[in-house]
Amino acid sequence: MDQLALDVAHLFAGGLVLVSFMLLYQDRLTGIVNNFALHALVVSLSVAWQATIQHAPHLYITAAIALIVKAVVIPFALHRIIVRLGIHRTIEPVVGIGLTMLAGIGLVALSIMVMLPITAAAGTLAREDLAFALSVVLLGLLMMISRRNAVSQVIGFMSIENGLILAATGAKGMPLVVEISVAFSILIALIVIGVFLFRIRERFDTVDIHALHEHRGGRP
Amino acid sequence: MMEPGSFFVGAVLTIPVVSAAVLALLPDDRTAARLNALAAFLTFLSAAVLFVERPSAGRYLIVDDLNVVFIVLSTFVGFTTSVFSGSYIAHELETGRLTPAYLRFYHAMYQALMFGMNLALLSNNVGLMWVAVELATLTTVLMVGIYRTPAALEAAWKYFLLGSVGIALALFGTILVYLAAHATVGEGLDAMAWNVLVDKAAAFDPALLNLAFVFLLLGYGTKVGLVPLHAWLPDAHAEGPTPISAVLSGLLLNVALFAVLRFKTIMSANPAALAPGPLMVSLGLLSVVFASFMLYRRHDIKRMFAYSSIEHMGIITFAFGMGGPLANFAGLLHMTLHSLTKSAIFFCVGHIAQVKGTQRMSEIRGLTVSHPMLGWGLTLGVVAIVGLPPMGIFMSEFLIVTSTFARQPVLAIVLGLSILVALGALLMRLNGLAFGEPYGSNAPSKASYVPVFAHLALVFGAGIWLPPALVAWFQHVAALLN
Repeated sequence: MDQLALDVAHLFAGGLVLVSFMLLYQDRLTGIVNNFALHALVVSLSVAWQATIQHAPHLYITAAIALIVKAVVIPFALHRIIVRLGIHRTIEPVVGIGLTMLAGIGLVALSIMVMLPITAAAGTLAREDLAFALSVVLLGLLMMISRRNAVSQVIGFMSIENGLILAATGAKGMPLVVEISVAFSILIALIVIGVFLFRIRERFDTVDIHALHEHRGGRP
Repeated sequence: MMEPGSFFVGAVLTIPVVSAAVLALLPDDRTAARLNALAAFLTFLSAAVLFVERPSAGRYLIVDDLNVVFIVLSTFVGFTTSVFSGSYIAHELETGRLTPAYLRFYHAMYQALMFGMNLALLSNNVGLMWVAVELATLTTVLMVGIYRTPAALEAAWKYFLLGSVGIALALFGTILVYLAAHATVGEGLDAMAWNVLVDKAAAFDPALLNLAFVFLLLGYGTKVGLVPLHAWLPDAHAEGPTPISAVLSGLLLNVALFAVLRFKTIMSANPAALAPGPLMVSLGLLSVVFASFMLYRRHDIKRMFAYSSIEHMGIITFAFGMGGPLANFAGLLHMTLHSLTKSAIFFCVGHIAQVKGTQRMSEIRGLTVSHPMLGWGLTLGVVAIVGLPPMGIFMSEFLIVTSTFARQPVLAIVLGLSILVALGALLMRLNGLAFGEPYGSNAPSKASYVPVFAHLALVFGAGIWLPPALVAWFQHVAALLN
């Protein structure tokens, strides 16, 4: 594989890690949603590029799903939810932003230190893609635990999924990638519908899931 | 000309799909409950045929000695639960907790869940299995939240988030397994097929396999309900409809454990890779110790038995982690008996909660006096689940503890003590629930006792006499797992 193709692939993968960091410091819901649309756009570009250099046309389907569902439909739906529920206000992360960013840097360092020595045999492309993908997954987990808001937790989960798609397409010739990405899209669609349909706001007067904790039945 | 075996494999998968579609459209609830039970029964029959008629391994599906045990158990409990579900649901409709529209949804989801579990068990492909486990998770999430109360929504949301994170970690592990395999096996479907992976695992890159197993154990371990990844399990059991609690405890946890076992065999086939045993032993033991102490502080009857499921999944994971013919045999036996006993207990608990109109244990007393069948059913179930002789679980727990004693006496002491702690907690609660002056509503119960006592009779029978054919089969599977 020529150097340029690899460099572009790494550019997209690295860009995804960068956008994951941007997600960490957003403090408004609308900002988070817009940022997630960018995240999905980068992942779909990355998948499309993999489809080109691996000559795997079925990956274009995955790229198209990422672009249409995650970069357009879901952000649009989330914006509507935010407007309908009237929650444009500032959201407060559990831990301070500075600390979250430091933790994020630590996680990226960790995933590079874990993945690079292990995947020495797996080929350059898969190798660095996997390190980046693990970083995106870990940053997504960090986002899920550092936010209280249901919408930002969903976005954290979706960014984890983007990281997994990156890993799956980086593994050359992996079968069922399209099927897996479809299954994931269904899962995500259901989560978003869940946020909307369960009308967490109407029932609990907030989408802050701390309010949900008051409704644990039969505790302790 | 199609093999007869593949016809039955097809039946195990298509019956649930077709009946899910039909049940989604069928308006009449009485017929729906019967059709649900009938479909589950036909699935069970087709699965039972797989014991004798087995198709050769395909690219996507496989029937081998290990999964046939799981699939028969799974379809059997699926069938008895659908019978119980019929009488449970009739009561829910009368009290208006569920509307006919939700009921259609419930029945369709029940069959979709059966399909997801059967597919996960039969799949010969790590990716396909992942998709199937995800499908099974989704259907249960939807059913846990079906009552739409704040507590049920909170439980469903928590299960959703934790389950999704678990399933995401499992996918990362699956990708790593593919990467480890594709250097040896080559690209394409073969690098994800079980039978190929196990055969060629010795040549895989051990470092990649190690990392993959950590992700897979954490990912699928979340679905097994291993401590510290168990937080979703008590809520999901307590807030959903009771048939779903029975299926979750009895079947879905097993399916996740089955996935872990499959990957464990790949790990064990590679001499240079990390030994998977110690990881499973420590997670299993931690679950047993934690859950047995947590049992003391429960006030909700379903939540208490959910913690008991965590404890037993811990024991089973521990047994498989110890490995060796005896511990594997005991693990398989324990898994089978736990599924039967725990679902029988949930059948009783479901009717008890309906009759009494509450799940709080302080408001349920003297069941053997007011509702003798339910009370004694629960008593027998608890006697079985705590591992008192002559019930079968006594034997499997005894085998696990003694075989551990021979190899790791310290672990055996910890395990044995935790089992005793759990026994104390459950018997103490049972005393209040089943005996003494009756308290609360005395309404007669229109329960279906057949599933409860059929399960308990099987567990009792296993404690007295195990058929030699079954013993030989389990020993054979136990040897395969090494």
